Amino acid sequence: MIRHFLRLEWKQYFRSAYWQKGIALKIILGFFALYMMLTFSAMGFFAFKALKKFFPESDPLQIVNSYLIFAIVADLIFRYMMQKMPIMNIKPLLILPIQKSKLVHYVLGKSAFSFFNVMSLFFYIPFSIVLIGEGYDTNGIFAWLFSMILIIQSVNFLNFLINKNNKAFWTLVVVLLGGFALKYFNLFDLSAMSQTLFDGIVADPIMAIIPLGTLLLLYRINYKQLKSQVYLDAAVSVKVKKANTADLSWANKFGDMAPFIKNEIRLIWRNKRTKTVFLMSFIFLFYGLIFFTNPMYEEKMPTFLIFASLFITGGFVINYGQFIPAWESSYYSMLMTQNLRYRKYLESKWYLMSVITAVLFFLSTPYLYFGLDKFLMIAAGAIFNIGFNTLFLLYAGSFNRKKIDLNASGLGNMQGTSATQFLIIIPIMGLPMLLFWGFSSLFNFNAGIISIAIVGILGIAFKNYFMGLIEKKYIKDKYVTIHAFSQTT
Amino acid sequence: MITSTHISKTYGNIQVLNIEDLTIPKGQSFGLVGNNGAGKTTFFNILLDLIRPTTGEIINHEIAVSKSEEWKTFTGSFIDESFLIGYLTPEEYFYFIGDLRGMNTADVDTFLQPFEEIFNEEILGKKKFLRDLSKGNQKKAGIVAALMGNPQVIVLDEPFANLDPTTQIRLKKMLKSLTEDKEVTVLISSHDLSHITEVCERIVVLEKGNVVKDLNTSEETLTELESYFSA
Repeated sequence: MIRHFLRLEWKQYFRSAYWQKGIALKIILGFFALYMMLTFSAMGFFAFKALKKFFPESDPLQIVNSYLIFAIVADLIFRYMMQKMPIMNIKPLLILPIQKSKLVHYVLGKSAFSFFNVMSLFFYIPFSIVLIGEGYDTNGIFAWLFSMILIIQSVNFLNFLINKNNKAFWTLVVVLLGGFALKYFNLFDLSAMSQTLFDGIVADPIMAIIPLGTLLLLYRINYKQLKSQVYLDAAVSVKVKKANTADLSWANKFGDMAPFIKNEIRLIWRNKRTKTVFLMSFIFLFYGLIFFTNPMYEEKMPTFLIFASLFITGGFVINYGQFIPAWESSYYSMLMTQNLRYRKYLESKWYLMSVITAVLFFLSTPYLYFGLDKFLMIAAGAIFNIGFNTLFLLYAGSFNRKKIDLNASGLGNMQGTSATQFLIIIPIMGLPMLLFWGFSSLFNFNAGIISIAIVGILGIAFKNYFMGLIEKKYIKDKYVTIHAFSQTT
Repeated sequence: MITSTHISKTYGNIQVLNIEDLTIPKGQSFGLVGNNGAGKTTFFNILLDLIRPTTGEIINHEIAVSKSEEWKTFTGSFIDESFLIGYLTPEEYFYFIGDLRGMNTADVDTFLQPFEEIFNEEILGKKKFLRDLSKGNQKKAGIVAALMGNPQVIVLDEPFANLDPTTQIRLKKMLKSLTEDKEVTVLISSHDLSHITEVCERIVVLEKGNVVKDLNTSEETLTELESYFSA
């Protein structure tokens, strides 16, 4: 039986949309995973030395132990937000002659190998090796590492239990913040407790039986709970959210474009991935803080400040615009049978991107704190985003051939990404940087900024002309796009 | 009137559709039957200008569909659930389509009234997104949307599949009454031979992309079709 399950897993993994991507994307994702692993391993290898250097009087293991409790709680909060039990996978198996208990063990067992459980081992294992190398008691360290694995697994199963419970989540947040506060005010030292606990395991390896017991207990509870819920109307059900319908009649003043604008707003707000993109664009507002607070950029690489300025107001244009019209891939053929004017359809997207960019620009006024020159950079960036990037991304969108499934999850979802997405970065970021670099080194800072703004203003002035070109391109590519969007990935 | 001349579609070296000449007069209820892969949906997709034919063209009321988009103003269609916008509620979807077909909110509300029985209180006012409706209810919403804005041509691919018996019967009645005064042309495809013989005055059988039968519906048509498909 387990052989069948493993074979299914294998196929599910390698036949998932994830692997059907282009080779370039695979390599990039591969590098990203490798980078994470290397970072964690490096931390594991060098943590001992680093701690020794900064806190010569303390034992590095004891320092780590004293903070472990917070790491565990933080891990739990992170999982609470990101990790879901992969229960839907067993739906097709329910009607086959397989015992329910086996299915439940399978689901739970599978979760033990999830990404979340493996990642931190890249830290703990090298750290343990270094500890043994430094002459710590081998049995003690093995017990400690073993306990870590058990605790990670316990957190894994604890997460599933509290996943349906908001109260548990907020309790955890309060414990974490409260713990830090108590430590800060020296009232009660949670970290001392943590240290006693984990030092105890190193000193007396038999203590590892405590996390083992915890894990077995949590597994048992999960098993019991899940087994009673392996029904289509219980755990194995798709949660249907109630539709919140906001009144968007104010958008009617956009005339011909109103239906599209309303639709676009609903598209963004009611789908996970688009919503993430939208909310992220506000996070991008803070992007400038990284660059403007570091005098190195201003002195040595002012061109990179332009890069930051573009991102401050451009988060939405860049992240949303590059997937036009793929956001609507699932019903694109329906739109094409409707009596719609392509121009209005595209223009509604232009307006939406421009308005949101303008709002982001308005919100960026606090950057005046870093000086008028910084703010002017942001202003030039905003004009460029509205004038050039919106139009350019609409045009580039006609090359999008990858379907996006709106129902799929938001964060880290790369669906719809192709080589186009990497190529378009060159003009939308590179062009203004090049302009600034050229004009500011030939003339002065102001010339650099003005050159960027002028490109944007030209884009706005000749918008209708460019829109005409874009419209033609979309009409020309209509069949190819419909065909590509109807392919299931 | 819809005229299709020398329509064919080839993928690689596989021909999936090859129809010499096919004329569907105005006001006809036209049925397309055939097994999977016979080319029914391909034909509809070409008629709706969603894919380009390899050869030939289709003229829909004097408009070559691949050359002008004017046909969209008088053609309503529903091919499958991918024609729905999953993140809208049914009401929002109807208003959206209504907007595109020149109907205001009040027009849409009036239009929807006669369908309340079909909707059976499961579609309107339920605060559910289209993506969360059952297959049958999605289909109902899609078909009703295809009828909006007084279309002269209605194209429905497999309209009876997934529908409950009551709605099947109502839909049959509705489609028949639509073509009664010979104003509206209805094109449907189906795997259900009895439904299609009941609704359509003319039935064309496709096999591997070719027209193998072109029948005016009569008493014997159902038996003839059944014997054809059981052979």
